[in-house]
Amino acid sequence: MDIGTTTQFAGLLRDHRDELLKRWTANAGTGLRGRLAEAELARQIRELYDALRGTVVTEGELTLDSPAAVELRAVLGELSRQRALHGFTATETAISVFALKEAVLGVLDAGESGSLRLFVAVSQFVDELGLFTFEAYSRTREALIAEQAEQLLELSTPVVKLWDGVVAVPLVGTLDSARAQVVMERLLQTLVDTGSPYAIIDITGVPAVDTQVAQHILKTVVAARLMGADCVISGIRPQIAQTIVALGIEFGDIVTKASLADALMHTLRAGGFELNRRAVRRD
Amino acid sequence: MALADSGGDVEALPITADEDVVRVRQLVRSRAVAAKLSLIDQTKLVTAASELARNTLVHGGGGRAEVSTVTNGRRNGIRVHFADDGPGIADLDLAMTDGYTSGTGMGLGLSGARRLVDEFDIDTGPGAGTRVTVTKWSR
Amino acid sequence: MDQIPIFTLGEVLLVSIQVDLEDQLAMRLQEDLSERIVATGARAVIIDISALDIVDSFIGRMLSTIASISRVLDAETVVVGMRPAVAITLVELGLSLKGVRTALTVEHGLRMLNGTPSLALGGPREAGYGDGDGYGDADSTGDSPAPDAGSRAALPRPVSD
Repeated sequence: MDIGTTTQFAGLLRDHRDELLKRWTANAGTGLRGRLAEAELARQIRELYDALRGTVVTEGELTLDSPAAVELRAVLGELSRQRALHGFTATETAISVFALKEAVLGVLDAGESGSLRLFVAVSQFVDELGLFTFEAYSRTREALIAEQAEQLLELSTPVVKLWDGVVAVPLVGTLDSARAQVVMERLLQTLVDTGSPYAIIDITGVPAVDTQVAQHILKTVVAARLMGADCVISGIRPQIAQTIVALGIEFGDIVTKASLADALMHTLRAGGFELNRRAVRRD
Repeated sequence: MALADSGGDVEALPITADEDVVRVRQLVRSRAVAAKLSLIDQTKLVTAASELARNTLVHGGGGRAEVSTVTNGRRNGIRVHFADDGPGIADLDLAMTDGYTSGTGMGLGLSGARRLVDEFDIDTGPGAGTRVTVTKWSR
Repeated sequence: MDQIPIFTLGEVLLVSIQVDLEDQLAMRLQEDLSERIVATGARAVIIDISALDIVDSFIGRMLSTIASISRVLDAETVVVGMRPAVAITLVELGLSLKGVRTALTVEHGLRMLNGTPSLALGGPREAGYGDGDGYGDADSTGDSPAPDAGSRAALPRPVSD
């Protein structure tokens, strides 16, 4: 937008504030089908309007990436972020911005010279704003998805205490390399935090194991031994046992048990629990 | 070696005595912490640096280490470069084999260090000294 | 610091490595320990490495060598307190501490040496659990039989290569 048109646009924004706000809010409202409270929408549009006015009165050519538009960019970015977090689509957010065009058209005097040129320029600028919300929206969604993926990873790998000195990781679902690594690190840290010399890795809920995942589990067991803790693997399904043998993965002297219950029993025995009970009875 | 993208924050340390190996470890650790490497990745990189610094001292007859922070646009990383003017390695394939030892370690120096880092470059030859560059990226 | 202190705990020598180990210091510790085992007639050595943020192949070799020397001198070696990040790195490095027994803490190490069941003391209803005072526990059972008695001896240790 050149300087002449910008001055014209600035005049329009200054003289028709109430009218433009009313029309813009109304147009934006139809695009959202009443899913956003009217007062909230009116507030968002008012904020956008004021940021826009602050940008347009500034001297010089009007573009969204100019330093003068920093406030406008911030308001647009925040609007997109809020909409993304509240489950609105990127289209709905962009429509709220595009609604300004119709509002401008409504207050323009069609007879006045240059009004067509002004409208085309404003239209172009508003398109720019709309595209910016699209980008900001997808950035927010991406961050959200990454965060959720991380939370899911945390949720899907709980380390539970089965007994004083015995912790277990019940693994459920497909194990990829990244998740196997998270499991490894969390299990080992839990051994230290709880002072547990025994760990059980239960893979009853794991549908398949490939070489890499098997290697991760083996490395976990060896690392735990270096730290002074013993691991038992339980719940190996028949198919997984066949895979392990077919892949030629050596489980060596690692203790494996059919069920979590068997593994706990084995661990308690290995830890001398029964032995001590007998000693108490003798007393 | 490829230190072009290291952004001018190279810190260099001589490796001429035992305590220099400890100094290299400490420098690499502090730079890895600053680059926000995870604890596991820090530990792997520092351990690799320790192996390579000792190689530089024992086999290379001393040399130097350069530590720099690198970026590939998306991730940060730490690059450590070791250089010596020692006798070099005649049979690199043999030296990179697990269990090969010239008598001072467990024979895991080079091959073990390579497994602990994301990038590993070695440039050596008989009488040509040895230059090793390793990089570990943040996840 | 030019020497790592060695504490005597009954028949057990306790070494707690609190500094970034220089190679010379590591060699010195190896010598000091052999002399102390003979001088005190110790039957076991516990090396606490919980303060070490890395163990490279040199330190790993030192631990294995100490264990071998101790065995010749009729003493057992238990390395305790290895950090998870250190353990993961050692596995990746391909280093197994040949002939070295390991335990989570000094307390667990003492229980292991005394043949005290590792879970029994920790059982939910057992008396004496939770006082966290491994040293006291060790003293009270100091008259236990041979150090490697008890079922733990049957458990697999780090694989040797």
